[in-house]
Amino acid sequence: MTVQPRSGLAVALPNESASAKAKVRGSSVGHPVIEAETKAAEEVDLPWQVVVHNDPVNLMTYVTMVFQKVFGLPRAQAEIHMMEVHQKGRSILWTGVRERAELYVQQLHGYLLLATLERTV
Amino acid sequence: MEMLRDGDCLELRDLDPFLAELLRQIPASTKAEGVESAERRLFSEPAAASEKELCAEWKVYVQPELRRLFGNATGIVIADLEQLASNEKPFANCTLRIPTRNGEAWLNALNQARLAIAAKFDFTESELSDHYRSPLGSRRDLSLFQVNFYGFLQEWILREVDCV
Repeated sequence: MTVQPRSGLAVALPNESASAKAKVRGSSVGHPVIEAETKAAEEVDLPWQVVVHNDPVNLMTYVTMVFQKVFGLPRAQAEIHMMEVHQKGRSILWTGVRERAELYVQQLHGYLLLATLERTV
Repeated sequence: MEMLRDGDCLELRDLDPFLAELLRQIPASTKAEGVESAERRLFSEPAAASEKELCAEWKVYVQPELRRLFGNATGIVIADLEQLASNEKPFANCTLRIPTRNGEAWLNALNQARLAIAAKFDFTESELSDHYRSPLGSRRDLSLFQVNFYGFLQEWILREVDCV
């Protein structure tokens, strides 16, 4: 199926047959084909974890404040994660797609916390 | 020294020359000064060493942004510390006013300083929790006192300013 918008651009939908696309491509130079982007790569990407590691310098109250600020956690939950970091050496703060995990780690580094991205296995 | 909040300012009143000098040292203390351990701590790796591509990209794209962020925070602190620059009465006690809107920049700069100093001197966890050690014994003892004094200021700012 091909949708012909008012602007004149031909938009080929993902399930369109190859021959139909070829027909559109060959019909006119002024009618580019815009194919819908597929998300296959992202869908099969395993989730990544944002892990915060213990460090003896950062204050417990400061770490709690950072968790509240970066992840929007209520204070009680932020304190649970902070205590996990303090007592067990690390805490998983978030799990999900890589791009967002990278953004969280960047924010945590901006607050000078020891944070890493890890693949879930 | 008296610490209080006055409207939109945090005030450190009756600062003696020694503590005023420690405050003046904040910007210089944030610098890693070519000390690899301090540089590594301020700009820590984002992932395990096996994630080579991610770590390499981080250095190119994220670290410059972090340097800019840390520099901005230190710049705000430097501007506030101008109040202590007057040398009309170098041995008189003085007052420092920190606008509450600068609280987050102060937290960041103090943290940079504490982490850089601790990395340079490789302080142990037990040393860092020894809050009663005299600062007068050696350069190491003075630096430990500096780390704890800056931590004390962080606690105060966190208590007085709603940073969340």
